[in-house]
Amino acid sequence: MRPILMKGHERPLTFLRYNRDGDLLFSCAKDHTPTVWYADNGDRLGTYRGHNGAVWTCDVSRDSARLITASADQTAKLWEVSTGKELFSFRFDAPARSVEFAIGDALAVITTDNFMDHVPTVQVKHIAEDIDDQTDESALVITGIKGRINRAVWGPLNRTIITAGEDATIRIWDSETGQLLKESDKESGHQKTISSLSKSSDWSHFITGSLDKSAKLWDTRTLTLIKTYVTERPVNAVDISPTHDTVVLGGGQDAMNVTMTDRRAGKFEAKFYHKILQEEIGGVKGHFGPINALAFNPDGQSFSSGGEDGYVRLHHFDSDYFNIKMLFETQLVQFLGSYVAG
Amino acid sequence: MAAAAAQQKIRWGELEEDDGGDLDFLLPPSVVVGPDENGIKKVIVYKFDDDGNKVRVTTTTRVRKLARARLSRSAIERRQWPKFGDALKEDAGSRLTMVSTEEILLERPRAPGSKAEEPAASGDPLAMASKGGAVLMVCRTCGKKGDHWTSKCPYKDLAPPTETFTDRPPTSDGPPAPGGPVKGAYVPPTMRGGADRTGDSMRRRNDENSVRVTNLSEDTREPDLLELFRSFGPVSRVYVAVDQKTGLSRGFGFVNFVHREDAEKAISKLNGYGYDNLILRVEWATPRPN
Repeated sequence: MRPILMKGHERPLTFLRYNRDGDLLFSCAKDHTPTVWYADNGDRLGTYRGHNGAVWTCDVSRDSARLITASADQTAKLWEVSTGKELFSFRFDAPARSVEFAIGDALAVITTDNFMDHVPTVQVKHIAEDIDDQTDESALVITGIKGRINRAVWGPLNRTIITAGEDATIRIWDSETGQLLKESDKESGHQKTISSLSKSSDWSHFITGSLDKSAKLWDTRTLTLIKTYVTERPVNAVDISPTHDTVVLGGGQDAMNVTMTDRRAGKFEAKFYHKILQEEIGGVKGHFGPINALAFNPDGQSFSSGGEDGYVRLHHFDSDYFNIKMLFETQLVQFLGSYVAG
Repeated sequence: MAAAAAQQKIRWGELEEDDGGDLDFLLPPSVVVGPDENGIKKVIVYKFDDDGNKVRVTTTTRVRKLARARLSRSAIERRQWPKFGDALKEDAGSRLTMVSTEEILLERPRAPGSKAEEPAASGDPLAMASKGGAVLMVCRTCGKKGDHWTSKCPYKDLAPPTETFTDRPPTSDGPPAPGGPVKGAYVPPTMRGGADRTGDSMRRRNDENSVRVTNLSEDTREPDLLELFRSFGPVSRVYVAVDQKTGLSRGFGFVNFVHREDAEKAISKLNGYGYDNLILRVEWATPRPN
């Protein structure tokens, strides 16, 4: 396949998100300006100007009308997707890190970092339909997590909030009371910072990527560990294919740790694993620096990756990808079959 | 037609020097040969060059449908949105979005130690030539080999990485054929055409694991090579050939590894590596069958 290269950001990418229809791709980077692109040909549609710090994550409402972004400038902002106009700014006492709309787009969960005297928090805000009614009030504030919270997402039916971060533990909280419901097992869970978290399309399971060079698949309701995918590099970004049994991992050494190795042009790759068999299917190379963001298009026919090099690479799958997966599964069935027969 | 008639009345002495546009009516109309079944589209445009000669410019492009765009109704509406933010001042010349010139494949994972698969889709004749060992194309900007020269680098605008490794399959590109020295570098007697390559002329310790490094810069010395190569494994000996008269390096040296696998790794990683201001050539000191 011939990826489309999009160089709209001057600084490393931090996050990528498709809208629900899969025709728009939103990219966030350390350069303060989230950008929106057309997902079929990579043409840039526009940028959202207003943040004064690195933008860590974003989310878009189901009707693609509103965009919410979280930034190190201690705000989370609501934007009108079509015009780039800033609609509202939530102020915090610390850099805002993770943001996600709830089902129905009437709530959003935002996390803030530990900063000076402030502990990390998870906050839930109401999102008003009419922007004039929008207030800064928090519906719920959860404290009590020690390390930085890299990702906080809604659980099924908005009943729970799932958090993951520096302390390598995944926690499930009640979204109304803020009570801690479940915690991931320390032994079988991640051993280092969890950098990323992504839900399956039906939210029944989710994948976490960690600097301990693995990614793990969990059940959303019971927090049971289902699968583990092992790789050789710290994982910065993960995603689950919406249509096939595939997950993708991206990572690479932190730019600071690279001394003499691995600066070979275009060597950093996004690795594809069979979701159920846990085996690596293949890798797609091309980035000049570690991959920080990954996202599958909701139609499962393409994916994009964002790197430390400031590039977004948009790949439309060709028949290779689908064939390799099928071949893989067929081989395994034959292998298992020989066991049974013998 | 009326315009042409009006133009006949213009006195030629009053025409601006670069007013060639007025004479366009003399040119045949441009032709567009639409995409054929391979997607090849030809646009033939006639114009005047700087000397006033009639010139025909043929642009051949391959039109590829990138993706089946099945857009929902709201997606189609979104397609009509005007650009905003920084995209407002975008013109056709800004190349933020471009299709990669190279074909990227979903590479199957390989067992450690086995060689990488040759990309089946490299129909590029230049790439094929370099794989045949005749020409070793190294791009200094992105450090990639066998695909394009520096001036044709698709990644021109990236800051040239000062340290780039190029990994190439250990066996498919053997030592370059004697006919193709890189940049007029010194070709030792064992490498020249018709040379005796039994390897007896080298009496060194571990000469099974000896790696020749060529195209060194003039101030490279043994400690530099040691530092560069030791990360691949224990090194038993380094040597850099130095001109006694000038004290400058003669541009080549040898590194002896304790373990052969380390030498193999070093060759595959460092060949084509940009070191100081030159691109290194790293190979087995005497040709080795793998």
